[in-house]
Amino acid sequence: MNKAVGRQHRAGRLFIYGCLLLVAVYYLVPLFVMIMTSLKPLDEIRTGSLLGLPLNPTLEAWRVAWGSACTGVSCEGLKGYFWNSVFMVVPAVVISTMIGAFNGYVLTQWRFRGSDVLFGALLLGCFIPFQVVLLPMARTLGFLGISGSVAGLVFVHVIYGVAFTTLFFRNFYVNIPRELTNAARIDGAGFWLIFFRIVLPLSPPIIVVSVIWQFTQIWNDFLFGVVYSAGNQQPITVALNNLVNTSTGVKQYNVDMAAAIIAALPTLVVYVVSGKYFVRGLTAGSVKG
Amino acid sequence: MRKLASAAMVAVMSVCLITGVKAGEVEVLHWWTSGGEARSAAELKRLLEAKGHTWKDFAVAGGGGESAMTVLKSRVVSGKPPTAAQIKGPSIQEWGDEGVLATLDEVAKQGGWDELLPAVVANVMKYKGSYVAVPVNVHRVNWMWVNPDIFKKAGAKIPTTWDEFIVAAEKIKAAGYIPVAHGGQAWQDSTTFESVVLGIGGADFYRKAFVDLEPSALNSPTMIQAFDVLRKIKHYTDKDAPGRDWNLATAMVINGKAAMQFMGDWAKGEFTAAGKKPGVDYECVAAPGTAGSFTFNIDSFVMFDVGAGSSQEAQMALAATIMEPEFQEVFNLNKGSIPARLNMPRDKFDSCAHTSMDEFVASAKTATLVPSMAHGMSTFSSVQGAIYDVVTKFYNDDKMPAEKAAETLAAAVKDAR
Amino acid sequence: MPVSHSKTFFKDLASAAALERLLPKLVMAPTFVVTLVFIYGFIFWNAWLSFSSSRMLPRMDWAGFTQYVRLFSNDRWWVAAENLAIFGGLFIVLCMAIGLFLAILLDQQVRLEGAIRTVYLYPMALSFIVTGTAWKWLLNPGLGIEKLVRDLGFENFTFDWLVDPEKAIYTVVIAGVWQSSGFVMALFLAGLRGIDDTIIKAAQVDGASLPSIYWRIVIPSLRPVFFSALIILSHIAIKSFDLVMALTGGGPGYASDVPATFMYAFSFTRGQIGLGAASAMMMLAAVVAIIVPFLYSELRRGRNE
Repeated sequence: MNKAVGRQHRAGRLFIYGCLLLVAVYYLVPLFVMIMTSLKPLDEIRTGSLLGLPLNPTLEAWRVAWGSACTGVSCEGLKGYFWNSVFMVVPAVVISTMIGAFNGYVLTQWRFRGSDVLFGALLLGCFIPFQVVLLPMARTLGFLGISGSVAGLVFVHVIYGVAFTTLFFRNFYVNIPRELTNAARIDGAGFWLIFFRIVLPLSPPIIVVSVIWQFTQIWNDFLFGVVYSAGNQQPITVALNNLVNTSTGVKQYNVDMAAAIIAALPTLVVYVVSGKYFVRGLTAGSVKG
Repeated sequence: MRKLASAAMVAVMSVCLITGVKAGEVEVLHWWTSGGEARSAAELKRLLEAKGHTWKDFAVAGGGGESAMTVLKSRVVSGKPPTAAQIKGPSIQEWGDEGVLATLDEVAKQGGWDELLPAVVANVMKYKGSYVAVPVNVHRVNWMWVNPDIFKKAGAKIPTTWDEFIVAAEKIKAAGYIPVAHGGQAWQDSTTFESVVLGIGGADFYRKAFVDLEPSALNSPTMIQAFDVLRKIKHYTDKDAPGRDWNLATAMVINGKAAMQFMGDWAKGEFTAAGKKPGVDYECVAAPGTAGSFTFNIDSFVMFDVGAGSSQEAQMALAATIMEPEFQEVFNLNKGSIPARLNMPRDKFDSCAHTSMDEFVASAKTATLVPSMAHGMSTFSSVQGAIYDVVTKFYNDDKMPAEKAAETLAAAVKDAR
Repeated sequence: MPVSHSKTFFKDLASAAALERLLPKLVMAPTFVVTLVFIYGFIFWNAWLSFSSSRMLPRMDWAGFTQYVRLFSNDRWWVAAENLAIFGGLFIVLCMAIGLFLAILLDQQVRLEGAIRTVYLYPMALSFIVTGTAWKWLLNPGLGIEKLVRDLGFENFTFDWLVDPEKAIYTVVIAGVWQSSGFVMALFLAGLRGIDDTIIKAAQVDGASLPSIYWRIVIPSLRPVFFSALIILSHIAIKSFDLVMALTGGGPGYASDVPATFMYAFSFTRGQIGLGAASAMMMLAAVVAIIVPFLYSELRRGRNE
């Protein structure tokens, strides 16, 4: 390799890593503050610098947040609420992602008259402020007999998530050459066969995006969770909110921060695990057949 | 043998008749989810369960009950209201208008509530003459929390009028301390402002302005003067105040950074948590010009109509339990407030609470007992919100003249009614 | 639409062919019904409310345009609307620019890609109920960045946007970009990964430089991703509620109020549902005015291709 090109290359790499690192700092500072705070005893937070390292690091706040912080009249921390959220999030994410994939497939490969208008209407609709929905939806859920149940929450999350999953898949599938599916049709493949044999194998990156989005939105949702869940089925965000909020009590910042990080762990796990499906070449490989 | 059996049956039946308890379930919507408040709510749960009923917790914290109100409205709309919900002040009347509340007159008669409760408190709990709500506590809002150490070092005297306040604040500032610890949030701005209005205009003026909402009082020279004082107070706060939580402002007084804070008696919890003693490490005094007056903020539970049957039994038991001295004492010791019912043993309470109790009774006699505007005791939430907007706008916009603020206040209140 | 003669399924059934033809529409049908009822039905319901005198609970009477008149004479509403314009514009542009930039950098066979990607994405995972507190501390002049830099010896350094009514909304932009740009990065990364490698390699063989390949070939082919990102970001911007509540609470005063917090406050906290409904209608009207042209051009373009 030419020496000058090599140097240029190295400078380029340096630039890339420099930028990535610099931005990473911006992203990490708040997390740093949160972790440091969660490791300090309350006295140190009250008197010391917020950005400083803990003088007497302790995991006490994490223990309290997990097992003994009050979230109402019961003081058992966040641990009991984890599964509530899981039972709500998993079906809601799976169903809404599936529907989104089917919709995106129809909207790009099987267009019919009015399909674009339908898509447009769907997108426009997702701008409806959720606060508008609360009361009529409460009445609807009461009417359907699923108010205050996990099923009701899943229902609501699927309804208001489909617009986005459809958007993701539609805009990804638009780039799949029509010749590919047309050729399959000439070969006699039907609607589902083409989807499962040709379209779905191309989809991992966008499935990851869709799952990340839906999982995060639903896991972190507070408004629907608090309004449509019954007492002992409240999702973890509601518990977190109860834990950190106090109208006239003493604020325990270390416990708050630990609890926030605990509540976010499943989402982080999803990010790490799903990340490997971002690998390049999947698409190119399949397109080339 | 047969006789014995029937005697036993009679005995069992009579026990049932005497106690008349059918175990029921109560679902209680509240926002006491942390620390002392949660412990207090748990105490209520324990007392109720001792009577054989079950408690289904429905805790929704956030924004002083804002989230809980949203949830409550959805639940009522979906046709499944909770048994009881934490609602206070004139909002009780709004819910009464919707026709969804249960009446507690029978329990009230049995418990003699009319004798136990001061008339001012009882009136808030009634809708069209019937009890629909139960009070748990009385907060005093017009407190000033003082760090006596700083006053001593600055050679200043704890002010009893707003003129003295300016003198003292100047000295404290000159000595290098922050005179007033403040958190720049709309409700805190208004909490300070209502103490100023009370201190300058007196109880009658306060009532005309914030209870009767008379335009002639809202847009008056007295109100303009109050706005001017509010701006002076701002002058004595630090520049990092906007957005600060009230408890951090209290911490400034505790840590000796700031000399005073205007805040209700829940601030006491922060002092206690930091191991400080009233009269030694800190002082609780009435805000300048408001000695002898009492701005009250009463927390209460409203009971919803849940139909007849076991849940109604449980509901009535809940109402009775809340009024019991045992609960009122434990709850208020935890929360820094004083019991809503009169003639309670007071030896467990501290000196600040004693002052509060005395002034509560005294002010009721001299008609200087007024509802807190900033805490939703004097108006509907729409009007309260409109006042908040004007006060906080004025507080944060140094270019807005006090005359303009008073004028806007009268207009905004009229618009929101 | 071509009729498919499936050899594997339903070969002999005439009705099966009809079913196959109907299938795409059948698949879309649930979405259609749900959209009609739970989105447009509710929008209609809200529109009705905005013409009623509803206060604490919905009441279906007729009050004409009273609520709109009150809304337009409310100073706070105009502050909120202006803030949304500032916040929305900056937020969308910055997120897109940073997201695209990071995605391109990450797409250069970077080592530790997985770790770096997770670092960029994690802010989305955290509930703003609490991260708001961390940001509040960082941006607070007496506690956070300003104090830190001053302690390092730069005595005159000031960064007090959080407590300045004129600038508070920009701190919301900082925290908002922090939270959302990582996801935009993921969107662009997915798009980049969907592009056929051979095109880039062919261009490289032709001697085109990397930046020009991206500028001329790669970025234009990401058009649908830009569209997705725009929709997602404007959705976040318009609905940003937690962000503002946790960071500034709409303050100082109501200087950083946005329509979503305005609407929530009036509908639920202040018992003025009618006024809240009117503000929601104005938000929707603004969305229609801004998004529909984009939508139209994007969908028409898709059809012509």
